[in-house]
Amino acid sequence: MAITVLYFAWVRERIGLPRETVETEATSVAELVAELRAREERYAVAFTDISALRVALDQELSDFDAGLEGVREVAFFPPMTGG
Amino acid sequence: MRIVVQEAPFDFGAEAQAFASGHTDMGAIVTFTGVVRDIAGDRLERMVIEHYPGMTQKALEGIAEEALSRWNLGDVLVIHRYGDLRPGDMIMMVATAAPHRKDAFEAAEYLMDYLKSRAPFWKQEFTSDGGQWVASKDEDEDALGRW
Repeated sequence: MAITVLYFAWVRERIGLPRETVETEATSVAELVAELRAREERYAVAFTDISALRVALDQELSDFDAGLEGVREVAFFPPMTGG
Repeated sequence: MRIVVQEAPFDFGAEAQAFASGHTDMGAIVTFTGVVRDIAGDRLERMVIEHYPGMTQKALEGIAEEALSRWNLGDVLVIHRYGDLRPGDMIMMVATAAPHRKDAFEAAEYLMDYLKSRAPFWKQEFTSDGGQWVASKDEDEDALGRW
């Protein structure tokens, strides 16, 4: 399935792009992260420590154990600093 | 409830005045404004705020809805900017209207606590040394625990 993957803040900088379409059979966020990590060094660097990252599925905050069934958009970013 | 996410500056006085007007049953209006602050000892040239356009409005609406359900409020306003800002610029404001001040104050604090760590904004500070992403603070995450 094709999923839109978005990156924000330093995750975007490390990977070097704001969004891409990923063709994947991953069933969970953790599996998707493992696939991305295995791609290239810049992904491995960005996903070194997932405890430093947050994930949103279809624009709702979620977690790395969550399943990807029916999900169309996954976003990875550092902890938010609004306000 | 009014939630605004915009790049342009906002007129704090006009927004507060408009928000406070037109109620006859709200005895308390609380406003909070966040301002870009210079970094001690290291001159801040500008701050750039990135956000997640598809998610930001929804996340802010969710936080405001939760405040409306938890406290006896008449209205909530959230304005949050993104893009390029300078020291002294207003980043955001919240306003709450309630029959009594306790609800208005508490709800405003709740909104601020959740805006800090649950709304998809990321701040980057630029000095003469370049850009540095602002790290989230443990105390900001801990602050959610009291609600």
